[in-house]
Amino acid sequence: MGLNEFWEAVTSPRTLAAYRLTFGASLIAGLVNVVFGFLIAWVLARYHFPGKKIVDALVDFPFALPTAVAGITLTSLYSQNGWVGRYLYAVGIESAYSPLGITLALIFIGLPFVVRTVEPVLQELDAELEDAAVSLGANRWQTFVKVLFPNLVPALITGFTLAFARAIGEYGSVIFIAGNMPHKTEVTPLLIMTKLEQYDYSGAAAIAVVMLAVSFVLLAVTNYLQWIFSKRIGAN
Amino acid sequence: MSKSSENSFVRRILIAVALFYLTLFIFLPLLTVFVGALNKGVGLYFKSISDPNALAAIQLTVVTALVAVPLNLVFGVAASWAIAKFDFWGKNFLTTLIDLPLSVSPVISGLIYVLLFGAQGVLGPWLMEHGIKIIFAPPAIILATIFVTFPMVARELIPVMKAQGTEEEEAALTLGASGWQMFWRVTLPNIKWGLLYGVILCNARAMGEFGAVSVVSGHIRGQTNTLPLHIEILYNEYNFTAAFATASLLAMLALVTLVLKSMVEYKFRAELKAAEK
Repeated sequence: MGLNEFWEAVTSPRTLAAYRLTFGASLIAGLVNVVFGFLIAWVLARYHFPGKKIVDALVDFPFALPTAVAGITLTSLYSQNGWVGRYLYAVGIESAYSPLGITLALIFIGLPFVVRTVEPVLQELDAELEDAAVSLGANRWQTFVKVLFPNLVPALITGFTLAFARAIGEYGSVIFIAGNMPHKTEVTPLLIMTKLEQYDYSGAAAIAVVMLAVSFVLLAVTNYLQWIFSKRIGAN
Repeated sequence: MSKSSENSFVRRILIAVALFYLTLFIFLPLLTVFVGALNKGVGLYFKSISDPNALAAIQLTVVTALVAVPLNLVFGVAASWAIAKFDFWGKNFLTTLIDLPLSVSPVISGLIYVLLFGAQGVLGPWLMEHGIKIIFAPPAIILATIFVTFPMVARELIPVMKAQGTEEEEAALTLGASGWQMFWRVTLPNIKWGLLYGVILCNARAMGEFGAVSVVSGHIRGQTNTLPLHIEILYNEYNFTAAFATASLLAMLALVTLVLKSMVEYKFRAELKAAEK
């Protein structure tokens, strides 16, 4: 494969559409999980309620559940006749076989990354820090925004990056709910798969190289963040 | 309540929102699997999971895990030992490399083996001449599974072994223990919970892997289908009850994994804490 062919394979309109969808849906899913993952981590780390231990263990369910099972389950849940889908379709939201469906699947698989990165940091934050803020006259909201939140930003960024990295490569949980229409609902891993099935090995490999490069960058970013992170904790 | 916590109203709202979100993304999917599996009755459920193709898929899945997990256990101990207790050139690179399968798309993991062993691949023609079939056959499924589950044991052990340092082992050697004695009596007992934790996660992933295995399998019914691939075929044939019945087996595996993991996690944390002292 020459350089020109490589460039053509990785920048064809169909491939570009797949990148846009994959990165767009992964970005949105990651951001949604940053907000709700943080909330869940907070609730698990700070509050007590009945059944908390079970809830805590089930947060890892997306890690433990095989992706193919997640795929068919989410599809049946969010399709037109599904338990959740029927209400969404009733108000005109197509939650399956659409970019939204892909995003929902990526939210599912990304959730534990954010919760499990933020939760330990929340547990280890020194209570004295908060007491000091309160004794200096800060109210609860000020304490949260000015004292707690800045300490959690590195964990949130790390959790987001981990979830995002997983999402851009995700295959099993996505393909059932995606619809898989070229240019519209075809994610990059599926495009690689399609090219393989058409015996276009070099085309598949070319796109894989691009995705590998992105994965390496994300891996480097997470390692760097964790390094900064551990330095900061060491300084405290 | 003091000012360093929220009032109970805010607390309840936050708990409610968190539980709502978890319901939408975790509890309902979990329920869907079992309802989908049993909604046509128990008879059809057992018929679906005792179908010859289903049994063949279960067998291949179990065999794959039986090969992949022990190999990665041995590799995981060796690699984390090397990384945690010795200094050598390229150590950081090796550490990053071990994590690689977790940050690469499963489809790409499978693709690597197709490019290596496939008919048009690097080793393909040689293999074909010698009548060795790897791609679209169980060996490729096992290889791809080993690749994707590679990091599961090592990444749990590296932090524990690093924290433990080499003092106890040096003491054992000074007192006249042989290398093996040191390993079995000092090193291994110190990491047993971390090891078990890694093995539990490794097994769950090995039995559930879909993307990588899908690329190299060839999808031949009764021969190269693992459980996740069998589910895909049933689902694409609109045989939803059988698909969910088979899926329920893997969902139960996931639940068992979570229970074991929570039990072991507690011991593992204590092990890690003891090492950090």
